[in-house]
Amino acid sequence: MSTLSRATVAELAEHLENAELQAFDVEKITNKYPDMDWEDAYDIQWEIRARKEKRGTKVAGLKMGLTSYAKMKQMGVDTPIYAFLADYFSVPDGGSIETDELIHPKIEAEIAIITNKELAGPGCTVAHVLAATECVVPAVEIIDSRYENFRFDLKSVIADNASSSRFVTGGNPRRVEDVDMKTLGVVMEINGEVVATGAGASVLGNPAASVAMLANMLAERGETIPAGTFIMTGGITAAVAVKAGDSVCVRYQDIGSVSFTFK
Amino acid sequence: MLEQSLIQSYADELFDALSNQTTVEPLTDRSPEMTIEDAYAVSNLLLEKRMTINKEKIIGKKIGVTSAVVQNMLGVDQPDFGYLTDAMVIDESEVLSLSKKMIQPKAEGEIAFVLKHDLIGPGLTASDVIRATDFVVPCFEIVDSRIKDWKIKIQDTVADNASCGYFVLGQNVVSPRDVDLSTCGMVVELNGEIISTGAGAAALGASPVSCVVWLANTLGKFGVPLKAGEVILSGSLVPLQDVKPGDYMSVSIGGIGRTSIRFD
Repeated sequence: MSTLSRATVAELAEHLENAELQAFDVEKITNKYPDMDWEDAYDIQWEIRARKEKRGTKVAGLKMGLTSYAKMKQMGVDTPIYAFLADYFSVPDGGSIETDELIHPKIEAEIAIITNKELAGPGCTVAHVLAATECVVPAVEIIDSRYENFRFDLKSVIADNASSSRFVTGGNPRRVEDVDMKTLGVVMEINGEVVATGAGASVLGNPAASVAMLANMLAERGETIPAGTFIMTGGITAAVAVKAGDSVCVRYQDIGSVSFTFK
Repeated sequence: MLEQSLIQSYADELFDALSNQTTVEPLTDRSPEMTIEDAYAVSNLLLEKRMTINKEKIIGKKIGVTSAVVQNMLGVDQPDFGYLTDAMVIDESEVLSLSKKMIQPKAEGEIAFVLKHDLIGPGLTASDVIRATDFVVPCFEIVDSRIKDWKIKIQDTVADNASCGYFVLGQNVVSPRDVDLSTCGMVVELNGEIISTGAGAAALGASPVSCVVWLANTLGKFGVPLKAGEVILSGSLVPLQDVKPGDYMSVSIGGIGRTSIRFD
């Protein structure tokens, strides 16, 4: 049930995309539209995606957010959120990120997968996801909410494409049968110092469960996950703030490491 | 240095607290000048009483205060250690009675090392520790404090044998040559719910191997070796968890295995 007109959705999409492209922060949109609902929020996100695609930008993958039970409880919801990754979000392993292009970036260590079969909900399970996984890949997400001081509610953040801004992937991907995504450990270092550690089970008990939920959520809009999709499953560690000059290395058990710097 | 008589009386107090499941006021409230060396002197006398009166045998050592969080909390930049005795061992098949055996228990997920060669510091490296280790094994340590309400400074926990309690080892063992102990992940569940995850590098910002290196080099200065066959608990990789009767916990470690413990 949408509450916003198509014109308002288009206006909010333009507003939030401009904030992303020009790196300025804005007030959370629910201040002005307190009655907007979940469908409105995703409508705005899909409109931002359509705007980018119209300009020739390709979608490089999908991502899940709010995938820890603790965070969901804190926000009073029982499902995670999803968003898309635009082609220019991608930074190569060993590359650098223009800090000036971002507002107040934070990094999260994640496990990503690449699918080799279409995944369609409803009824998509962990088993379906594992059967459709080509490989397991290390990935670090750089989130950058367009909202002042990361102050937002869930609907505002969904509309803002779940704070997506950049991601770095690389490492040494492995076949799904060769890794245990639940116990796969992650060590995040900034400037050589360990700032966070965790294991895959932080993501909904198993990162594959996050992908199953994504397929089931997309089904509500009649969408599926095509074969060959790169999916970042959600943060294993807490998000850590970074600044220009920082050098990041995230080491993963069995699937290598990813490193990059903030210029 | 505190008076020898005071050191002895603190050891007596802690031994009685341990035996009667009671607590004492923080030693550092009563003797603010107490040094870490004083604290180890108390710990040694406490151990002596456990060996002579309770006939306990030393089977290994434990390292504590290895995470940045706990080090910051206690205002120190180094770990501490205590001794493990045969009385602290729990098998996976047993249920640990908190009411009969413990005061204010907390569970920690750890990696334990079992040695096949002696390690005599100082001057040892990570390679020496790996060469001397027979295998690593998943471990729950259930720590406890004889200090009232866990109001510990570093000297209090050192004197209290590094807040030792009981420990259980898993039944999957792996050579340290076959697993990356820095990136191996840890998942801890309480009553079926995932409560924390971590990885080996949570230990001293490096790996559990570095904890054993520290212990071997620290004890080596006093001529104390880590002996072949000993169990070395390398310190928690996740936050400590309060436990109560009826709880059960499991810990899984990537590339190593799991263990579990039940409480009543």
